[in-house]
Amino acid sequence: MKIIDIRKLLMIVGVLSAFLLPSCLNDLDIRPIDPDIQIAEDVLTSEEAFQGALSKVYAGFALSGQQGPAGQGDLDGFDEGHSQYWRGYFVCQQLPTDETINGWADGNLPSMSQLNWDASNEFIRSFYYRVIYQVSSANEFIRQVNDLGRDEFTRLPQYVAEARFLRALAYWHALDLFGNGVPFITEGSSVGSTNPPAAGDSPQGPELFNYIESELLAIIGEGDETEQVLLEPGAGLVGQADKGAAWMLLAKLYLNHNTYLGTESNTYYEQARVYLNQLFEAGYSLQMEDGSGLNAYELLFSAENFQYDNEIIFSFNYDGDSAQTFGGTTYIINASIGGAMIASDYGTSANWGGNRTTSAFVNKFPETGDSRALFFTEGQSLEILQQEQFTQGYAVTKFKNLNADGTPGIGANQGQSSVNVPVFRLADAYLMAAEIDLRLDGAVSAQNLAFVNEIQDRAGVPPLAVGDVTFDFIIDERARELYWECHRRTDLIRFGLFTGGDYIWPFKGGSPEGGSVPRFYDLMPIPQTDVNLNGNLEQNPGY
Amino acid sequence: MKKVCNTLSHYLLGIMLILLLPSAMWAQDKVVSGTVTDENGDPLPGVSVLLKGTSKGVATDFDGNYTLPLETGQETLVVSYVGYQTQEVTVGNQSTMNIQLVPDSEQMEEVVVIGYGTAKKEDVTGSVQAVTAADFNQGAINSPQELLNGKLPGVQITTGGGAPGAGATIRIRGGSSLNANNDPLIVIDGVPLDNDGVSGMRNPLNTINPNDIETFTVLKDASSTAIYGSRASNGVILITTKKGSRDRVSVDYNGNVSIYTPIKTVDVLDATQYRALFTEQFPDNVNLLGDADTDWQDEIFETAVGTEHNVSVSGTIADGGLPYRASVGYNNTDGILKTENMERITVGLNLNPTFFDEHLKVNASAKYMYVDNRFASTGAIGNAISMDPTQPVRTANGEFYYWPTELVLDDGETVISPNPIAPGNPVSTLERRRDQSQVDRFIGNLQVDYRLHFAPDFRVNLNLGGDFSDAEGDIVVAPNAVHDQGAFINDGFFSNYSQNKSNELLETYLAYERDFGESRLNALLGYSWQHFRRDSKNNQMFGNGTGVLNTIDKTENYLVSFYGRFNYSLYDKYVMTFTLRNDGSSRFSEDNRWGWFPALALAWNMEKEDWFGDADWLTQLKLRAGYGITGQQDIPGNDYPYIGTYQASLGTAQYVYYGPAGPIYTTTFRANKFNEDLKWEETTTFNVGIDYGFFDDRITGLIDWYYRRTDDLLSQVPVSAGSNLGNELITNVGTMVNQGIEFAIDVSILRSQDWRWSVGYNITYNKNEITKLSGGGDDFVGVPTGGISSGTGNLIQIHTVGHPARSFYVYEQVYDQDGRPIEGLYVDRNEDGVINEFDKYHYKDPAPNMLMGLNSNLGYRNWDFSVAARINLNNYVYNDINAGRSFYQRLQTSGAFANNVTEEIFDTQFNNPQYFSDHYVENAGFFRLDNVTLGYNFNRLFDTRLNARLYGTINNMFVITNYDGIDPEIFSGIDNNFYPRPRTYTMGVNVSF
Repeated sequence: MKIIDIRKLLMIVGVLSAFLLPSCLNDLDIRPIDPDIQIAEDVLTSEEAFQGALSKVYAGFALSGQQGPAGQGDLDGFDEGHSQYWRGYFVCQQLPTDETINGWADGNLPSMSQLNWDASNEFIRSFYYRVIYQVSSANEFIRQVNDLGRDEFTRLPQYVAEARFLRALAYWHALDLFGNGVPFITEGSSVGSTNPPAAGDSPQGPELFNYIESELLAIIGEGDETEQVLLEPGAGLVGQADKGAAWMLLAKLYLNHNTYLGTESNTYYEQARVYLNQLFEAGYSLQMEDGSGLNAYELLFSAENFQYDNEIIFSFNYDGDSAQTFGGTTYIINASIGGAMIASDYGTSANWGGNRTTSAFVNKFPETGDSRALFFTEGQSLEILQQEQFTQGYAVTKFKNLNADGTPGIGANQGQSSVNVPVFRLADAYLMAAEIDLRLDGAVSAQNLAFVNEIQDRAGVPPLAVGDVTFDFIIDERARELYWECHRRTDLIRFGLFTGGDYIWPFKGGSPEGGSVPRFYDLMPIPQTDVNLNGNLEQNPGY
Repeated sequence: MKKVCNTLSHYLLGIMLILLLPSAMWAQDKVVSGTVTDENGDPLPGVSVLLKGTSKGVATDFDGNYTLPLETGQETLVVSYVGYQTQEVTVGNQSTMNIQLVPDSEQMEEVVVIGYGTAKKEDVTGSVQAVTAADFNQGAINSPQELLNGKLPGVQITTGGGAPGAGATIRIRGGSSLNANNDPLIVIDGVPLDNDGVSGMRNPLNTINPNDIETFTVLKDASSTAIYGSRASNGVILITTKKGSRDRVSVDYNGNVSIYTPIKTVDVLDATQYRALFTEQFPDNVNLLGDADTDWQDEIFETAVGTEHNVSVSGTIADGGLPYRASVGYNNTDGILKTENMERITVGLNLNPTFFDEHLKVNASAKYMYVDNRFASTGAIGNAISMDPTQPVRTANGEFYYWPTELVLDDGETVISPNPIAPGNPVSTLERRRDQSQVDRFIGNLQVDYRLHFAPDFRVNLNLGGDFSDAEGDIVVAPNAVHDQGAFINDGFFSNYSQNKSNELLETYLAYERDFGESRLNALLGYSWQHFRRDSKNNQMFGNGTGVLNTIDKTENYLVSFYGRFNYSLYDKYVMTFTLRNDGSSRFSEDNRWGWFPALALAWNMEKEDWFGDADWLTQLKLRAGYGITGQQDIPGNDYPYIGTYQASLGTAQYVYYGPAGPIYTTTFRANKFNEDLKWEETTTFNVGIDYGFFDDRITGLIDWYYRRTDDLLSQVPVSAGSNLGNELITNVGTMVNQGIEFAIDVSILRSQDWRWSVGYNITYNKNEITKLSGGGDDFVGVPTGGISSGTGNLIQIHTVGHPARSFYVYEQVYDQDGRPIEGLYVDRNEDGVINEFDKYHYKDPAPNMLMGLNSNLGYRNWDFSVAARINLNNYVYNDINAGRSFYQRLQTSGAFANNVTEEIFDTQFNNPQYFSDHYVENAGFFRLDNVTLGYNFNRLFDTRLNARLYGTINNMFVITNYDGIDPEIFSGIDNNFYPRPRTYTMGVNVSF
């Protein structure tokens, strides 16, 4: 071959390479082209955008993904409805107690009502991942504010305070359910595949407790730096965490400190009393007025319960059209309807027929007269022989997607609820204050007796004298007032009644008559998948 | 920096390149060109044309053409080809020398299509097998995959069901990946397709009219696929369509009519059985029962008809300068599920002109398809086997029957609505829901191949291609749809979607080929650029304006590659191929973007060794050995897995705050999880094989052993809580091994004037095992997968180290002495006294470890008779239909409605569901008689060029299996709502003149 030929050849190849290659290699540096999916630098360019990012931290407690009611889920490997925060929390906090029993034969769900779960239970696993996901989600928001926030976005410090509150709330749930040894991540942690450390070495211990406490003190303005502070009670929108929510969470943390730390200290009860009293001075009041279709108590769990922020201190919010999920109150309502119940009586079109209650709970009410005893009994037996039969055990009609006048709430035709989840409400704070009186002083104070009697008054039962307010009264009254609001497991543990044999209810331990269960069930197992994946974690004792 | 590289600039550069070429032309000396043909006048590719006394020469191309520059004094050509007598011809003053070769023996050499070109069969070093039109499956073939089923060892094709033109899952030597794509790369006339489906199409390959396909070439081992590097881990299927010829104009017509009949339905209880069992179990609920006797499956299935017409014209215009082939096809086929239909029009055009004494060859190919699909909801299948047989299809007033529930609507109206958790009336499911789509798709390319005038050993090839589709679909559920409560109470439901996809390709390579007499060298250096983009939209709402959901999605990705191949053959005996490809994918971060994929293969044509002497019985004995690495980057559904992104919520997932003025809806932005460390999944393959041919090739076949190990498996696995922004992440997690043996034999038993009979058989053994899943720790069982229909979120399969992918993970059922499963009693496998999650075990998997294909072609004079069958062994299926329908509690729900059960209930007598019992994992090995065809050929009718063939075919004549369900051949291994494959009777005619 002639040399000149090679040159011509090289020339062609050269032309090709010179023009084509460099530019095409740049093609590989892509940025998302979907207007709905963009990198942080292109999204977080305004205060409104930051508020949208913060709203995702809120929405992570209320919804399951970016498409309602299901689709583009936040978590993988679970049924998306089951992976929703409040549904998972309900499964963990309510199903194992006397207040609730579930009849679905979904995987290992039956064991949640039987207090005999193991470390591979997928419902515990799904809530565990959800609760840690919420921490990651809050961390990510704080990180982005630090990276991309601008001085002219003046609300960012308050937004960060809200994110820190939501993170503290998730951590409190994690501490309460899984103990002090859960993974610990903050805004300083990396996003990748590094295994996070455990918050503390042992399941009971001060580390996570102290962190939650310090975070909450900081955002109510009692920490070292006071820039990132929550709004005053009632100053924001319904759904925004304000100081009232933080006081309540602090009081909850302090009241249950013995569960978390393993040692009891009056100092913490006194602290709890301090923040409850701040709450009582902030202008909240019980909802006493009935609606035209629902009584005052029912209004708190109805489609328009956003109106009752006089009593509801903090809520996760829903809208049957625009904030849809198969978790949350949609789950609570639809799963409670079955048998001869007519779905539309409760403002929905779906009857999932799963959750009822046990006779142990029903029997806490007097035969008649307590307006909080909201049961459907037609065709339902009080006692339960078969867990999977919806018609065994009274159905609970506390949550309803109905407006105050009794008409269907938004979303009724789609089987979607507009009822907000009342996370904290004043009646709970009243009962906590009375309990702390008992713990510190042995008797309820005049102020707190009056509060308890407000609750009695609304329920339509006779007022109590000082001597009537005992520990036994408190634990039962908490059930009557707060059932299905996801407090029951925590309360029973605080009173030593959740495990062991001091208090038995149907299907505790698995048998229809119920029985004693080992103490280690007070803590949920850390899912075995995560113990296996993350060498920093230790399984809780007993599992 | 703004991107400068776009398609336009590519096309411009392509044109520049073409313009550059003629300027080089004038540098030539005298040139001779022509076509080398065989004894029948058909062009012979790969023929060596040498200048006598020199080492200068060329090989003829695929169309038998050659062009050779001459220098003064060199006038004699030596034309040689294996199996033909070598000829010497003197050129003289002619510039065109057409040469017809005379066979030396009866044996004729073949040319095989390989990646980026063709090769002589004896130079092929990898595992490459072709199936040509003559060997295709016959009958009612609505999609190209069906042509190939059972023909080749190591290739498993499982159709997705009996819908007309249904998609099919193709696995070559088992899947190499867990979560990443396991489909082979499909290249149509040089355009590699993407593996994603097209919205509104059952099967993306349906763009090609099966009648237009000339050959399928399947590249199985790394040494043959590595030239496709990044997308070749699961093998490559090259589809070549029919081209124009230089002969006279010929016209072909092919038409057929097919009758599709349902074969088998699920064994549910009939009304009498059901009433008896129900009354026995739930005497208090008999008020639920009706007094009809309905076979619901009968109501939804019917015998269907399909017709197909194809016309093609091929020939040449402009004095042989422009060979063409044009074809039009029309297919209108109903499904056996009522209302299902596919109507398809395909148009194909191939032009392959040559210029400048055949130095410049152009191949333009265009394929267009329009399909109108009407989809019947497969939900009707599930409803039909769940619906109470004592209820009528229609009530006395003529309305469809449904299970009622009373509702008060928003506006206060009380309605009796369909119960949303009860089975819907399946006839309503079909008739009151319309799901229809229209898809246009175009695949085309322009390939320019220029053999340099000044250096004829070199070719420059430029290929510009594109694959564009445009789909639109609508789903309308009528307001009186009694199977759908949402639509019923909200005045109906409407949804429409559209999808635009494009796949643009630019490839260019420089090839060098030279025959040195004793040795041959082929080398290739190339570059490829591909851009994939998908835009889709979906809008839906209820008739009363609620439930509005509008989504828009856009995504794209790029692949850029450099590749080279070096093929050297010595004495026609020893052949070596080395390929190397460097691939960049936009799916990985800059640090992990580029992957190197080398392959080396050796072949030894042993029959040419002297020590076999003139052994008449041996016609071919080639030993092949290859090693290579291929890559995988096709992560389904995520083109930006390494980039942290924020995703806005849709209208139904806003967060709502409440202010004094009412609700405030807020779009939320979610920080998506991402994995910056993501990198290429790599599959290393070893392959050793023998191609053999005995007794004048009356017996041919192959044996192959392969070992494929995939490292850095891309899989979505749990990550430790808190480490990322999600609980599972696409990660490079582990290693999986497939190894197996393939064997094929074709025997030509009769080859006489009147009788022709050949028999083919192939068998594949494949064993799959996951050998590593990282991050799991000691007690890590694996990654659950395989959702079942019952309960919520229940998974029946698992990926575990030491087991095949997708193994069933179940409890071991205990049986009583009569062989009846004891309800709830399982083997306590870990002997800890309790039956819990830790007692589950790995029991079988859905992949067959043995595949066989059988075919026989018998001809007598003008008659032909062919049979094709397949056998799969040790494939297991979870009978989801039985698992969800063989317990008494299923008979009624909450006293509100009744459900049918399967006859399995008489065996199990379970009261409650036992979803995770291994009782429901059944051996689904089978023998299927796929195809029986009888045909008669009329030759030279009326003494004209008119030839015709009449034929009749039965497809899917019968299946022999122990499996309890309708059909054992279910790729996922989970049998639920499966669209039954019909038996098909086809009558057809081919006419050509």
